[in-house]
Amino acid sequence: MISGYLSRQTWLHRVPAGAKLLALAAVSFAVLPVQDWRLLAGGLFLVVALAGILGTDAFRRVLLLRPLLPLLAVIFALHALAGDWQAGIGSVARLLMMVMLADIVSMTTTMQDMMRALMPVLRLLRPFGVNPRKVSLAVSLVVRFVPLLASNWEARSEAWRARTGRKQSWRLVAPFLAETLRMADQIAESLDARGFGRRG
Amino acid sequence: MFREIGLIILFAAIIAALGLVPRIDFPFLGGVPITAQSMGVTLAGVLIGARNGALAAAVFLVAVAFGMPLLAGGRGGLDVFTGPTAGFLIGFVPAAYITGVLFGALRWGVFLAALFAAFIGGYVVLNMIGIPVLAWVTDKSMREAVGVAAGLLPGGIIKAFGTAIIAYLLAGMNFGRN
Repeated sequence: MISGYLSRQTWLHRVPAGAKLLALAAVSFAVLPVQDWRLLAGGLFLVVALAGILGTDAFRRVLLLRPLLPLLAVIFALHALAGDWQAGIGSVARLLMMVMLADIVSMTTTMQDMMRALMPVLRLLRPFGVNPRKVSLAVSLVVRFVPLLASNWEARSEAWRARTGRKQSWRLVAPFLAETLRMADQIAESLDARGFGRRG
Repeated sequence: MFREIGLIILFAAIIAALGLVPRIDFPFLGGVPITAQSMGVTLAGVLIGARNGALAAAVFLVAVAFGMPLLAGGRGGLDVFTGPTAGFLIGFVPAAYITGVLFGALRWGVFLAALFAAFIGGYVVLNMIGIPVLAWVTDKSMREAVGVAAGLLPGGIIKAFGTAIIAYLLAGMNFGRN
């Protein structure tokens, strides 16, 4: 699976994940109440410059926020129609700044580091019955099962096409889910067999 | 207990796998995509119960936060939680929970109960969290944001029917309400 991670090492890769996450949270909170569009545009410029310092590949990836473009255009248009284009620039700059900064953090932090940094946060949730180790086990299993489920669906769909000559159908959904529910038992058995229920 | 963990993991994976279904973007929805993933959330609530369904949605979100590109359109990472549609993502958890609670409480037969529960959980609850966040992050007025919710209504109804049909079919296989 392809994630947003930038494989080339940069100086930002060496900054501890916890520090990056704290900085991201601090900037996000600091930026929300700001209304002056010049300040926000300046902040956006700084974030873009940060991506530029990291290298051309990072810069190019940060600019790859295509799914956001229609949304940003609509936000700007709404503000411009209301006669306040400055507020429009401000909102767009604030959004872009926060999203790009978060993108830069994701890009320079491995999944293991991210998990380790988020562990203290998960530990805070322990009184609510959250077990941090179970959470990280669950996440890694989810990552494993997505391609497995996709290939299961693909196999059913192929069998359907081969036997009916028609395109895949919604009729496949129910048996697919039934098989998936049955798989839950197998996962349960294999977790038990590997001793994941023990303490420690 | 292990079976529950297996179910939670698999439904988190199903929600993630539904991200492979292409998302639909309409300009008048202000960038809120119509995805199959919110249907996966209500499906989790109906099929594995309120608590497990909410946990499945939460595990899915944690995986997204860790940087896996599991959201529809291949998005993931921390930036989706600072973006304008963050409320819809956070809303996955209560949406699954309330869908599960309603489905468990209603005694109308599987199809009707699932239809109603999925609509309330997947449309009403999700928008009650997603729309205010959207309005707040984008400096829009609530009225404009509520217009977005109205635009999402047809998709919400179709997805509720989808969940209800699937629940009905699975109930016939003795996998539904047990």
